[in-house]
Amino acid sequence: MNPRLRWKTRAFAAIVILSNAFGNLSLTWGLRNGTEELTASPISFLHAIFSPWVTLGICLLITWMISRMFLLSWADLSYVLPVTAFGYVLNALLGRLFLGEHVTPERWAGTLLIVGGIILVGLGNPHTGEST
Amino acid sequence: MKAWLLLAIIVGSTVTADLLQSHEMKRHGEIQDFRPRGIGRLLGVLAQKRNLIFAVICMAISFFAFMALVQVADLSFAVPASAGSLVIETILARVVLKERVDSRRWIGAALVAGGVWLLAL
Repeated sequence: MNPRLRWKTRAFAAIVILSNAFGNLSLTWGLRNGTEELTASPISFLHAIFSPWVTLGICLLITWMISRMFLLSWADLSYVLPVTAFGYVLNALLGRLFLGEHVTPERWAGTLLIVGGIILVGLGNPHTGEST
Repeated sequence: MKAWLLLAIIVGSTVTADLLQSHEMKRHGEIQDFRPRGIGRLLGVLAQKRNLIFAVICMAISFFAFMALVQVADLSFAVPASAGSLVIETILARVVLKERVDSRRWIGAALVAGGVWLLAL
């Protein structure tokens, strides 16, 4: 893989992972602190959207969506999915640190498996061309 | 029951959105201009692509279902459980998008899916 593409792929994968994890954290924090429980009513969703933490979460998730689209312009979907899965690990860690969620030994084992999968796929080429 | 219904909505809409995005962005070609003006122009062009508009609608459905899910389930369950779409998407990337998914990617996807399953326990 050429060095420019390798650098670009890693930079965008990092942006995708961080914006997704911190976006989810901000969204969850905002929904659990300071908003009423969501109902099927659109007004309930609108009310939640304009609370500060939820708004920040939405901005980060828009950044996630755009950076992921950019990454998909040169990298295969079957490459992007496992490589950006480190976001799940980060989500579990942030849930533990900031939301006081319990991380069991099974979840740590899951984290190790995900990291192994990411390393395996990440060492390959992001775009392999179409199969015949 | 409510959590599993929301999860099914999230997975279905995420798979559809990702396939459409990947297909349309490959058609567009590699993005190389990352200056603010270039990105602004690019977003204007992308906003007119029908497949991307539909993908964003699917992502919005997934997003609102996710908002509802994190209110009834832990974040450390909601996020990994909704990633169950990863295996389905890898299969569809091979079948629908005709990507060359080599053994390294299959094993990697299986490891990630196994890890996600353990995270959800």
